[in-house]
Amino acid sequence: MTEQMTSKSAAAIDRAKAQGRAALIGYLPAGYPDVQSSIDAGIAMARNGADLIEIGIPYSDPVMDGAVIQAATTEAIANGFRVASVFDVVAGITAATDAAVLVMTYWNPVMRMGVDEFSRRLAEAGGAGLITPDLIPDEAAEWFAASDKYGLDRVFLVAPSSTPERLAMTVEASRGFVYAVSIMGVTGTRQSVSSSAEKVVADTHAAGAERVCVGLGVSNADHVREIAAYADGVIVGTALVAAIRDGGVDAVAQLTKNLSAGLGRATAQA
Amino acid sequence: MVDAPTANSEENAADAFLQGGASLRNAAGPYFGSYGGRWMPESLIAALDEVQDTFEKAKADPEFLAQLKDLNKNYSGRPSLLTEAKRFSEHAGGARIFLKREDLNHTGSHKINNVLGQALLAKRMGKTRVIAETGAGQHGVASATAAALLGLECVVYMGAEDCRRQALNVARMQLLGATVVPVTNGSQTLKDAINDALRDWVSNVDNTHYLLGTAAGAHPFPAMVRFFHEVIGEEARAQILEQTGKLPDAICACIGGGSNAIGLFHSFLDDASVKIYGFEAGGDGVETGRHAAAITLGRPGVLHGARSYLMQDEDGQTIESHSISAGLDYPSVGPEHSYLADIGRVTYEPITDTEAMDAFRLLCRTEGIIPAIESSHALAGAIKVGKKLTEGKENPADTIIIVNLSGRGDKDVETAAAWFDMLDENGNVKGTTLSTRKPKGPAERSNLEISIEEASKDQN
Repeated sequence: MTEQMTSKSAAAIDRAKAQGRAALIGYLPAGYPDVQSSIDAGIAMARNGADLIEIGIPYSDPVMDGAVIQAATTEAIANGFRVASVFDVVAGITAATDAAVLVMTYWNPVMRMGVDEFSRRLAEAGGAGLITPDLIPDEAAEWFAASDKYGLDRVFLVAPSSTPERLAMTVEASRGFVYAVSIMGVTGTRQSVSSSAEKVVADTHAAGAERVCVGLGVSNADHVREIAAYADGVIVGTALVAAIRDGGVDAVAQLTKNLSAGLGRATAQA
Repeated sequence: MVDAPTANSEENAADAFLQGGASLRNAAGPYFGSYGGRWMPESLIAALDEVQDTFEKAKADPEFLAQLKDLNKNYSGRPSLLTEAKRFSEHAGGARIFLKREDLNHTGSHKINNVLGQALLAKRMGKTRVIAETGAGQHGVASATAAALLGLECVVYMGAEDCRRQALNVARMQLLGATVVPVTNGSQTLKDAINDALRDWVSNVDNTHYLLGTAAGAHPFPAMVRFFHEVIGEEARAQILEQTGKLPDAICACIGGGSNAIGLFHSFLDDASVKIYGFEAGGDGVETGRHAAAITLGRPGVLHGARSYLMQDEDGQTIESHSISAGLDYPSVGPEHSYLADIGRVTYEPITDTEAMDAFRLLCRTEGIIPAIESSHALAGAIKVGKKLTEGKENPADTIIIVNLSGRGDKDVETAAAWFDMLDENGNVKGTTLSTRKPKGPAERSNLEISIEEASKDQN
């Protein structure tokens, strides 16, 4: 893994590690239901136990997302969300909290703005880097250059189907942490955590990754507790999106608090 | 544009490229110039590698090729005819127009070429289930057909809007034993059907092959789908030489994703004397914004796994395409077409709904052939090309044009009847009680017993 002192994600995960626990990473889409709410919700996550915040860019063709996130991002776009607003969301959260804020985005919106320009503005907003669900290192030459130039983290995904060769290549290409997909599927809550998740994490660690975080299908404190036993971080998405949909920012704060209980420590009051 | 001042310089560029000695016929992917690639989730990379590996081995395996050839001949009915359209030609400046009759294939379009190839590969990979997307329903019907023939389970994703537009094809797929899943996300058309098929694939990749229906998507699909359609151009080239003793002056095809077109074009790419035209869906007219002309007005971007021309807004969000033809209603295009456009080897132009429907009616009445509305875009384009190439020529019949008649129009009878004002206010054909209009909405769906799969996507 390419390490630099500037990795905000690595620093946030290491702070959790120093407390003897895994990191909690919370996902919400920007602009859902509006830009200010997503800033408020991001701050609420950070103040209730999330160490890293993942802000999604609503996109017209989200092939890795299940029904809940699709519905939210479709609504955000229908409400007039513009991609450049994501920088306001990142800046709003980083100004108010110590959490590392990553942007999760399908690649075409970045390409459309220009990879360098997007990266420059993300860094300027205080963002930590990008999680790229449909960009593999094989196609990421421009992103390598821009992320190095602006000191941004490159979070690529690994999956249960990844070969040892691809694991090694992806670990080498990543900075900050590696995102291990727990199951072959799309985002969404599931009854239990897939048994394949632990093996993916072990294989990714064995391939040289210092920090591996697990996402997809993680929705309650029991799931968090289970994954925190073997991973460096736990990523929750759909459950938080359902919370903001049904109960607004307060519900996000409450759920984050509940989830962080799974990490095995009392919630810090910010 | 046929008449645009840039046409000559583009053709010169193509000539220069060809005179450089490089063949355009061996593009194996994953890249076509700067287009193509694999802009896909890591979860699917292993599956794409498996498809690629299986395809490469099969392509070099005489047994596989013999099996495919046998199915093409004895099941699909290949070779398809090359029919001279003498009365239609009179409307194209007197150029001689020949129709490559993919409409005569089993299931009524070129789509069968690709599905037989990929279904055989699915069997080789030990997959028991195939999934497919469909717009007009032609690829869905072809996939359901191949699955029935080879004993595979088949699930077809189809935009709910397209299910309404092409209800008969929904029933056809169900008769063939396939499950049709109406897709209610996004614009409810082809691109959203592909999104849901990809979500299914990532969840069921162990036993499932994604039988992608066009020469687009992530590597190896563009090169593989082209390979299975190359038979169109190989036959057409031999047939035109046999019937006229020379190569055509121009060849024409319609472009949605572009599979029928790349299949025809491939055999002629290295023949510098052959002008090649691809006709995109211009919808209401490209100036209205309601069209599907990705090359004409799009800009490069990534969608469904490939970098290619794409209809997108300033934020990189995909713009919904519009066309009277469900089969061309796709906001991007196969990556090899983007490359052929950039180097100037192929000229791409939009054809409006009106131009396509005029050509549709003309072919019906001059040749006794009802074409698919998709193919009617190529026919309309051929009329323009014919007029241009014969301009000022003493003997216009020296000019020879091949049009890929990629499908038959039986599926389009309702659309055409409405377009040509053949229906009364109740949706009955005027003077009859024959209704072409299907009930709309949920009632229609329950009538057709579309089984909605709650499967993977609703676990969220």
